[in-house]
Amino acid sequence: MLVPVAVAAAVTTALATPSSLTCALGPSWQGLHGSLGPARRLQWPKKQKQCRRKVYAIDIRAQFELKPPPYPLDALEPHMSKETLEYHWGKHHRGYVDNLNKMIAGTELDELSLEDIILATYSKGDLLPPFNQAAQTWNHDFFWESMKPGGGGKPSGELLELINRDFGSFERLIDDLRSAASTQFGSGWAWLAYKANRLDVGNAVNPKPSDEDKKLVVVKSPNAVNPLIWDYSPLLTIDVWEHAYYLDFQNRRADYISVFLEKLVSWEAVSSRLEIAKARATEREEEEERKKREEEEKTSDGGEVPEIYVDNKSDDSETE
Amino acid sequence: MVTPVGVAAAATAPQATTGPLTCALGPSCQGLSGSLGPARSLQWPKKQRKCRRKVGAIDIRAQFELKPPPYPLDALEPHMSKETLEYHWGKHHRGYVDNLNKLIAGTELGELSLEDVILATYNKGDMLPPFNQAAQIWNHDFFWESMKPGGGGKPSGELLELINRDFGSFERLIDDLRSAATTQLGSGWAWLAYKANRLDVGNAVNPKPSDEDKKLVVVKSPNAVNPLIWDYSPLLTIDVWEHAYYLDFQNRRADYLSIFMEKLVSWEAVSSRLEIAKARATEREEEEERKKREEAEKTSDGEVPEIYVDNKSDDSETE
Repeated sequence: MLVPVAVAAAVTTALATPSSLTCALGPSWQGLHGSLGPARRLQWPKKQKQCRRKVYAIDIRAQFELKPPPYPLDALEPHMSKETLEYHWGKHHRGYVDNLNKMIAGTELDELSLEDIILATYSKGDLLPPFNQAAQTWNHDFFWESMKPGGGGKPSGELLELINRDFGSFERLIDDLRSAASTQFGSGWAWLAYKANRLDVGNAVNPKPSDEDKKLVVVKSPNAVNPLIWDYSPLLTIDVWEHAYYLDFQNRRADYISVFLEKLVSWEAVSSRLEIAKARATEREEEEERKKREEEEKTSDGGEVPEIYVDNKSDDSETE
Repeated sequence: MVTPVGVAAAATAPQATTGPLTCALGPSCQGLSGSLGPARSLQWPKKQRKCRRKVGAIDIRAQFELKPPPYPLDALEPHMSKETLEYHWGKHHRGYVDNLNKLIAGTELGELSLEDVILATYNKGDMLPPFNQAAQIWNHDFFWESMKPGGGGKPSGELLELINRDFGSFERLIDDLRSAATTQLGSGWAWLAYKANRLDVGNAVNPKPSDEDKKLVVVKSPNAVNPLIWDYSPLLTIDVWEHAYYLDFQNRRADYLSIFMEKLVSWEAVSSRLEIAKARATEREEEEERKKREEAEKTSDGEVPEIYVDNKSDDSETE
């Protein structure tokens, strides 16, 4: 039985430039492994559907529950069929939840939130068995909530501003998402994410982070991997496992992606997620500033004993 | 454009013991990258369907063609529907062929056999773009030929003997195949393969390879990867990309696997492939023995014996 105790947050940094298409875990980059310290809590709305049930003397702890989409299973028709939802949510998503619960029962993992399990079992790329189930549970929750009946259209407000800033235009964002989703070979996901650089200021004078460090990026990932492992804030996802589109589109992944972007995507959900992501980034910045100030104060208070020159001539006049 | 010139055969060896389930390219195995020398031609029946076509003054070289399954598209019903074959072969497999042709047109790759394109573009795990297309073409050809109408049943003859030797029993082999196919997360393939160890004898006295070095193994691989890259001889494959079974079985991959084993698998195809694999292994052994003898001879020729010249021509000890 696996027993990872600390929440090892793997900071595997993907190569990202504005509107870049980044492939996660491609053979060309192994990423950086930073340690963010033990028990780092992810300030992300915890999709924690845990309940405690007591059966006689046995305390069954954290059982994750299968959360339904925020709409009926036929609500996305004709763009995504009820049949697809019945299998995709009712069988695949349900299976991940059931498998996860079996795997973590009785281990330290079952005391953690879903996000923390994902981070703990990512294990710097050497995935522990519960990772796939946990990440897929999270990914699918996130996916259903990325769509809505009557979706599509265009984003607005601050989200649109950032899109224009970081991609040049909405159309360019759409192109990048399409491209990421089309070129993810095999199973995986395409993402829009908010990336708030964790500045490692080290010995440098504390620079003031500019807004340009906090940017929107499009990334793609294989199998169950998601951007939480890179400490990004996911804003939108498209499932490109074949099971997501095969009943409705068969091999025509490109058509599925088009329909998703034109008829299903919920820009409102993306906007709310962006707000949360920005607040989190700001909070974290302030936290880091505060820590830096505290460290500086320590240094100036603690160690140095000023040298005192004692002069027998108490008269400091220059004249003799 | 991709232009790998040499045929870099990457011998990335996964951990394999008798009857194991080996995950290809898992994070735990980065494998060994041995150099088998340039332009090594794989002694495998070359599924080379190339044609040269001249269009005007343009010489369009190696164009791969989409090879049909060795049976009509509805011949595997009710176990694998015609609809599935129409999409799987007619769209997915065809797509790989079309894409590969586009990617390699006008490059050095266009002069290689399909297997050699695969080995060249595998590039020790840092796959070049044509790899996925090339390997998927090969994999699908191999998959259609791994099945037949009225398939299933049990293997016999030498194949069955080796199965019993290397897995303990036929039932155990089936379990291992099922397990590999079930646990391949995401897209990929499960394989039965013949592994002939390439003994790196280096400075050691040439050991005589025993039959136990040449054994059957079950392995699984992600996405387009196949055992050719480890220098194994594939004998059987099961496609576990979702497109292979979703129209007929949806999420029920386990049921698909059962049907494949019970109703579709062609043990005859596996047996023929085994014969070829063994012949290849033997041929390679003999080749290596011959090279070693040649090298041993060279070494003994090269030494100049020391000659002692003595002025006393009389070698009698007596004075």
